[in-house]
Amino acid sequence: MSIGSVPLRYRIGVDHEQCMLCGRCIENCPYGVFRQEGGSIHVNSRVCVACHRCIAMCPRDAISLVERPVDYRSHPLWTPVVRESIYNQARTGRIILSGMGNAQEYPIIFDRLVLDACQVTNPSIDPLREPMELRTYIGKKPSRIEFSKKDGETILETRLSPNLMLETPIMIGHMSYGAISLNAQKSLARAVTELGTFMGTGEGGLHESLYPYQEHIIVQVASGRFGVDINYLERGAAIEIKIGQGAKPGIGGHLPGEKVCADVSCTRMIPEGSDAISPAPHHDIYSIEDLKQLVRSLKEATEWKKPVFVKIAAVHNSAAIAAGIARSSADAVVIDGFRGGTGAAPRVFRDHVGIPIEAAIASVDAKLRSQGIRNEVSLIASGGIRESADVAKVIALGADAVYIGTAALVAMGCRVCGTCYRGLCPWGIATQRPDLVARLDPSVASANVVNLIHAWTLELSELMGAAGINSIESLRGNRDRLRGYMLDEGIMQVLDVKPVGA
Amino acid sequence: MCGIIGVIDRSRRTMNGAGIRAALSQMDERGSGEGAGYAVYGAFPDLKDYYAIHVFFDNLHETKPVVEEELSKWGTIEHQEAVPTYEQANIRKMHIPWRFFFRPDPHLMPRSTTPEDDVVTHLVMKVNSSIPGALIYASGKDLAVFKASGWPEDVADFYRIQDYTGYLWLGHNRYPTNTPGWWGGAHPFNLLNWSVVHNGEITSYGTNRRYIESYGYRCSMFTDTEVVAYLFDLLVRRHGLSMETAVHALAPPFWDEIDQMPEKQAVINRAIRLAYGPALMNGPFAIVVANRESMVGFTDRIKLRPLVSGECGDRLFISSEEAAIRTMEPEVGKVTMPRAGEPVVGRVVG
Repeated sequence: MSIGSVPLRYRIGVDHEQCMLCGRCIENCPYGVFRQEGGSIHVNSRVCVACHRCIAMCPRDAISLVERPVDYRSHPLWTPVVRESIYNQARTGRIILSGMGNAQEYPIIFDRLVLDACQVTNPSIDPLREPMELRTYIGKKPSRIEFSKKDGETILETRLSPNLMLETPIMIGHMSYGAISLNAQKSLARAVTELGTFMGTGEGGLHESLYPYQEHIIVQVASGRFGVDINYLERGAAIEIKIGQGAKPGIGGHLPGEKVCADVSCTRMIPEGSDAISPAPHHDIYSIEDLKQLVRSLKEATEWKKPVFVKIAAVHNSAAIAAGIARSSADAVVIDGFRGGTGAAPRVFRDHVGIPIEAAIASVDAKLRSQGIRNEVSLIASGGIRESADVAKVIALGADAVYIGTAALVAMGCRVCGTCYRGLCPWGIATQRPDLVARLDPSVASANVVNLIHAWTLELSELMGAAGINSIESLRGNRDRLRGYMLDEGIMQVLDVKPVGA
Repeated sequence: MCGIIGVIDRSRRTMNGAGIRAALSQMDERGSGEGAGYAVYGAFPDLKDYYAIHVFFDNLHETKPVVEEELSKWGTIEHQEAVPTYEQANIRKMHIPWRFFFRPDPHLMPRSTTPEDDVVTHLVMKVNSSIPGALIYASGKDLAVFKASGWPEDVADFYRIQDYTGYLWLGHNRYPTNTPGWWGGAHPFNLLNWSVVHNGEITSYGTNRRYIESYGYRCSMFTDTEVVAYLFDLLVRRHGLSMETAVHALAPPFWDEIDQMPEKQAVINRAIRLAYGPALMNGPFAIVVANRESMVGFTDRIKLRPLVSGECGDRLFISSEEAAIRTMEPEVGKVTMPRAGEPVVGRVVG
């Protein structure tokens, strides 16, 4: 049986009146959409991924793009995506790989939560005229402090654990060298250093050229242990154990061999060109007490000088799992929601496994409070944070800080085409091909990321000021300042928020 | 708005309620005639070792036996009486104020280091959250709270507070926005020996309430002021911090100020903020908190509500307005306006 080809996903058009045959589209498209034949540009729309590189680079705005130019017979259940997956799998017999975050049309809880502002009875605070504190400490906190008096002097008896100090509660999540390019990592590293915040290495090791920024880098230990040695651990500002990630809970990492160039292979300590498929569980963690041992081993190896985070995917039982982690000597728990992005994930996981970050953070925060240990660990929320309002809302639901991933990539030029796993990113972000990587200039891209986080930080200050709050800790877990709009009662109970008007 | 005032006599010389009545009435501009209240320490010298549990009953035949039964489970009622009231044209008697002089049985909280206080705290939380028609509005030793819906002078006359004497008084003139007309919503708020009068609104209430509830307190008054009493109880009684340190936890210096401090001081202040971040109170407020030994007044970190203090002999006065202090004590000196977040503390000697 022959299935035949499926309809075009995108159709590229060239306005020949406008086109001046400069050839930039041909040069810029790594997928081979364009070619020049005779006196005009011809296209092969079938290979287009809608990355927009040609459109951005065309000096004459001569290129147009139409999504799904050929309709299937419409059907609410048998959507084009579903049909094409079946054609694909019928042909190949394989698991379908996809990039970026969850592409299923689930309702977005963030968009059904509204923030509060002051009127009359309590004045709003103007951040242009009054101090506004967004400084956030990530790490273990004492539940109480004790003093002693000696010769009339007050002495602090409580010893504080090391904490990371953030000037803004926005960090950049773990995107490995391999998944993204070295230029992309350098851009992010420069940005977090300038901003006084942190970024993660992902499970790709720490390239030498990032050493100058190591005080702002959290090094990750994942199930593949790629790139992990004592040098790596000692260089990090903190260490993060990755148990799972929101885009693909329950399975390990996937880095296609196409992206494992010589430099990536050295940094990861794996053979060149080999697929880096990290195992689903850590082979030394089969229970919560094993996790505790790893947390303590990492601390012991680094002389208890560094905070250790544990990252889990947001799943049904996150709250109880997080409570277990909180008791393991870990300093922070990262919860990665099901909208979290990734370079490569099986589509069935990306779209169908896990729960939204809003619900996960709310239930984890509530569980830790009910056990009286909430303030002793930090909670970092990630997975689908798109704008400053999302940051404010997730902090009000109980997070200390957030990791952003996709948003930072978009700031560097990413158009969310979702084809990261091909290794041909024409923006120089999710690729290792030298000519493509060279397109990303770290001095420009880092400035864009700085601008983005700076802008969000300003917006967050304004939102807090409007709510009459001048310190981020008074927003944290302050669900009274949120209202649910068209959310069902069950979700509102989980979020512990009232409906609008109540 | 709202007007607050507090006075403490460091040598425990007593004052009757006439002075504070006049002072609070001086601030009627700050109220709306829908709530006022007073607290007095040293009110029951003959029964000072008993917890004076004050209850608003909606009726006596239905709810009082339930509360009595609950109290009897946890200790002994030594004496009980209706709080004397005197009809006023402007006050509608919504509740029947009652007081029990109660001795808790410490053996019933074997794991506690302060079993008697913990029994009483438990009773307050339980009655207020689960017995409709009964509200415990004061539960300390040797202290009384008088509050109702009305102007300060009417509330004072309703209870005839001039008949009571004490070495520490608090007063509150209310402009309610949240729970108008409800007696339980009037200040002072009290738990054990802690009493609070508060002018303002706590924008961090959601955070503070969730924090304090994780330590077993139950916020049942539908208003933000009660968390202040619970926070002081947690920080000072249970965690053993000084009043000054507790104020620094609730209204801490800004990070920029901490960064400028000498290292030792910076370390202490950083530790306070890290450990007690969820207790930090935001929003506009001026607060006076008292216990049996001391009284402390402070404002929010950018002083969005007024607070003035003054002294005369052994007496320290703290109020929203200097005029109120001068009404009570024309000879007052050392009148100062404390800076944002800076505590003003008065302590009894001996």
